[in-house]
Amino acid sequence: MATPNIKARIPKKAGKGEVIEIKCLIEHPMETGRRKDDAGNTIPRRIINRFTCAYNGEEVFSSDWDTSVSANPMLSFHIRAEDSGTIELKWFDDDGSVYSFSGDIAVA
Amino acid sequence: MNTVLSRRALLATLGAGAVAGLAVRPRIGHADPAGVRARLDEILGGASLQDGKVEIDLPEVADNGATVPMTVRVDSPMTADNYVKAVHVLADGNPFPTVAAFNFSPRCGKAEAGLRIRLAKTQTVHAVAIMSDGSAHGARRQVKVTVGGC
Repeated sequence: MATPNIKARIPKKAGKGEVIEIKCLIEHPMETGRRKDDAGNTIPRRIINRFTCAYNGEEVFSSDWDTSVSANPMLSFHIRAEDSGTIELKWFDDDGSVYSFSGDIAVA
Repeated sequence: MNTVLSRRALLATLGAGAVAGLAVRPRIGHADPAGVRARLDEILGGASLQDGKVEIDLPEVADNGATVPMTVRVDSPMTADNYVKAVHVLADGNPFPTVAAFNFSPRCGKAEAGLRIRLAKTQTVHAVAIMSDGSAHGARRQVKVTVGGC
């Protein structure tokens, strides 16, 4: 499957020790496996079941998702900025795909 | 004789009413339906659930159950020896009660996360926070759902 559209807001700079907010949205149908198509066949479940955020390679936040998460999941959370570096967001699909997005942050 | 009979009749009616009331209760969606209770026991693993510290932000009335904005917030200093490990969100009226879990670390700085969720019908959403010392705090919030989305 093609990489889904990802929109994420990662601040470009922050003060040392500042708590920053990260907001991100990924386009994904989050099929629950309970819907049926026009022919009456069940549409198989395909959701993003896990999200992780790594700061310079260290996992600082993660989230486990079930079918009750909306389509095109939009998530917001916080991180304390300690060093300049890269923030990498990853979404794990039921079908095994991993989608990622990263942004650089400069900490003064 | 007459009084005895009518008392019997009255008791029988009351008894039947009570049984009917019990049978109807789960459908009203009050209290914790079995699915949420089982999942809660799993999450708590023996810890007792305390009130306070946890806040859930949800609209009182959700027009569209397919996408309901939710924010959970836990009062915690988020230091290396006192932080929130995880917040579990459960919805007792959804086909699967587990909604999401947020796994925090001291590096989060703030135990707060927002996510858009699906709600099938009017129901209670529960949030349970597991602290680094093993204690558990919970909050619940009722949401009226106009059009369900699951």
